[in-house]
Amino acid sequence: MANLATDFIGIRSPNPFWLASAPPTDKEYNVTRAFRAGWGGVVWKTLGFDPHIVNVNGPRYGAVWGADRRLLGLNNIELITDRPLEVNLREIKKVKRDWPDRAVVVSLMVPCDEASWKTILPMVEETGADGVELNFGCPHGMSERGMGSAVGQVPEYIEMVTRWCKAHTRMPVIVKLTPNITDIRHPARAAHAGGADAVSLINTVSSITSVDLDLMAPEPTIDGKGTHGGYCGPAVKPIALNMVAEIARDPETAGLPISGIGGVTTWRDAAEFLALGAGNVQVCTAAMTYGFGIIKELTAGLSLWMDEKGYGAVSDVVGRAVPNVTDWQHLNLNYVTKARIDQDLCIKCGRCYAACEDTSHQAISMTEDRVFDVIDAECVACNLCVNVCPVEGCITMERLPTGAVDERTGQTVSAEHGDWKTHPNNPMAAAAE
Amino acid sequence: MTSPLTPGITAGRLAPEVIAENFSDLHPDLDPHEAMVAADRCYFCHDAPCVTACPTEIDIPLFIRQIQAGQPEAAARTIFDQNILGGMCARVCPTETLCEGACVREIAEGKPVEIGRLQRHATDRLMARNSHPYARAAATGKRVAVVGAGPAGMACAHRLAMHGHDVVVYEARPKPGGLNEYGIAAYKTPSDFAQDEVEWLLGIGGIEIRHGQALGREITLEALRAEHDAVFLGMGLAGVNALHTEGETREGVRDAVDFIAELRQSSDLSKLPIGRRVVVIGGGMTAVDAAVQSRLLGAEEIHMVYRRGRERMSASEHELTHAATEGVRIVTNAQPVAIHGNGAAREVEFEYTEDGPDGLRPLGETFRLPADQVFKAIGQRLEGAPEGLVIEHGKIAVTGAGRTGLDGVWAGGDCTGGGEDLTVTAVAQGRDAAEDINAHLMG
Repeated sequence: MANLATDFIGIRSPNPFWLASAPPTDKEYNVTRAFRAGWGGVVWKTLGFDPHIVNVNGPRYGAVWGADRRLLGLNNIELITDRPLEVNLREIKKVKRDWPDRAVVVSLMVPCDEASWKTILPMVEETGADGVELNFGCPHGMSERGMGSAVGQVPEYIEMVTRWCKAHTRMPVIVKLTPNITDIRHPARAAHAGGADAVSLINTVSSITSVDLDLMAPEPTIDGKGTHGGYCGPAVKPIALNMVAEIARDPETAGLPISGIGGVTTWRDAAEFLALGAGNVQVCTAAMTYGFGIIKELTAGLSLWMDEKGYGAVSDVVGRAVPNVTDWQHLNLNYVTKARIDQDLCIKCGRCYAACEDTSHQAISMTEDRVFDVIDAECVACNLCVNVCPVEGCITMERLPTGAVDERTGQTVSAEHGDWKTHPNNPMAAAAE
Repeated sequence: MTSPLTPGITAGRLAPEVIAENFSDLHPDLDPHEAMVAADRCYFCHDAPCVTACPTEIDIPLFIRQIQAGQPEAAARTIFDQNILGGMCARVCPTETLCEGACVREIAEGKPVEIGRLQRHATDRLMARNSHPYARAAATGKRVAVVGAGPAGMACAHRLAMHGHDVVVYEARPKPGGLNEYGIAAYKTPSDFAQDEVEWLLGIGGIEIRHGQALGREITLEALRAEHDAVFLGMGLAGVNALHTEGETREGVRDAVDFIAELRQSSDLSKLPIGRRVVVIGGGMTAVDAAVQSRLLGAEEIHMVYRRGRERMSASEHELTHAATEGVRIVTNAQPVAIHGNGAAREVEFEYTEDGPDGLRPLGETFRLPADQVFKAIGQRLEGAPEGLVIEHGKIAVTGAGRTGLDGVWAGGDCTGGGEDLTVTAVAQGRDAAEDINAHLMG
């Protein structure tokens, strides 16, 4: 049986599933329920100085749904905790005392001056919490006041604040990054340079989920107006995976621990984050959608998969896919595939045909009795037919063996690796030795 | 107080509220969320097989996508563009043999997209707006006579009116709708939908319906031709085939179509008499409708007997399964020999048959089924067709879009050959004839 226990920058937890800093971790009551359900740790909802902030009194969430109201994406305009600092600190202390085997990390957001951080860090330390997470990610509300993503978008500030925090606490420091930047490696490098023990990402993506076409206002709408929120949930997972991988494979941040966040909904999502270099994952939207009970599927699922694959510990999985994340220029252009349609599985809907004929390479033929076939001489192996086919496994990509002739190009498939760097069409190509 | 066990033919075998429940909507409307989920299952197939399978060629993937996009009224418009009686067709079409039978998900999973119910979801919403979605073209000054206010006639009349022609519909019965009003099982079209639909359809304007006008009785084709620029015949099949069996005239023996029409026109079904033991002779939709509705009225025992094998029955498998679920016993390969009784029918005697390459062969062995009431549902036939029309296989022969051999005379629906005798087929024929008439008049 796989061992799910993790040691993330010295913080131990019985499994790699932490609840992210968000409404589920705002109170002792919720966190206790989460730990009872089996969550490995929490990042307490972001603390700030008193007087505590206030939230809007109208709706604070917007959503994107699938047809059966399956929640695909959620956005929020909620701010950091709206409870007094002292209340949160007291509850954190009690929870950590009651649940010593669980990770309790405290998210923080105070103004961008050293005194503020120097003031709050000892207060957190006193609770016995396992670490702090610097909220440099929140893209709405707090950013207007010079905090949250307003810091996370300026690498120099990240480095500066991280340095202060490392100087004023013995606790491990995790820096939470905003995805609302152009190149995630720069804020990660800054955190690293400032001495961060780890980065966590992604925070939410700036978003407007929908527009009320009667009110002519973005949703959620507050008295006829709306503001951008932070987007999260399954819809943002691909963005998060890429950013995690970018940091994991960046030589400048190599080895910097990563806490993966962004749309983790099932064990598989978690496994993917781990494979791309995350040492653990943080979950929020899935818990907010389904409740804390999903932890049973997450842990059982990850454990079962690890058993099947022979991974004894979470650390065996971490970063396993990172060596296979590369730049486009290194992709093997001599890897030639063609779409193949399994006629026994085909239900003759013709979506592959419409997609290819209208929007791709006219590489699928259709007969009068609705038999769809791939025209190898046209197929560029784009994979669109695979992606639009409603039947899983019906259309697959089959590699042409070495020595076969690609009917589209007339060229013989080479066994050698050949990429853009050496391609004759590349004006910068290095002559092959 | 009567019960299913009361002998003879009597009303009120079930409590009025039970009868009312039995005759309530068979497939209630989808609510908006259910419609969204059902619509999401559509794959928007390329050159979709469901469209090909629809006699009126409704662009089904398009209308379902319009439901997905939150505009059922736009979806309805897509439906009505092809089939102005899309509301009724959504209720009565044998979708399992048409669009849903062709759905790729039926073939893949045995669970098609619920096209019929989605169509009803869309059409009900547009019709509930109580405004007619189509406008007439400028008046052409042409007058067209339509004989029969059934699906073929009304579809034809609507399309002609749209093109700016003035239409007079001559209808023999006191109400319009044809078989939609008089011939379809009540639970498929409750709440007077057939009348509401005709009224809504007439919202286009330019259509006058004259009732009590039967061809060969009050009106003649000759006179219609003289007074109109074109004539469309859509009078259906008024005649009923006879059994030619001993005892056919006994009390308790009647045509199923008459029973169904009486049932449809009855304002209080708890007052409609039904036999304790009912035998329905026939294997089509009329037979099924008579048998099932007998059961819903409280008949204790119903046999539906067909002379050939089940595969030869014209009722769809879906309908037969429904009948069986309601408790109708389906007997095949048996033909009636005699209806016995003393004045009133008491038993029907059948002889087993075998359907071979040389036709139906009686096997000599007989059996008897108890029957207080016997419904004959062995088909209808054309009656009193005007002179000059070519009749083939008992129906008016047409070519192309309903052209008869007579100049300026078109025909469609059940009175013509070609196509199945379905509402949707009649609509398609009426519509296409109207287009042909329009081209002819304006050409």
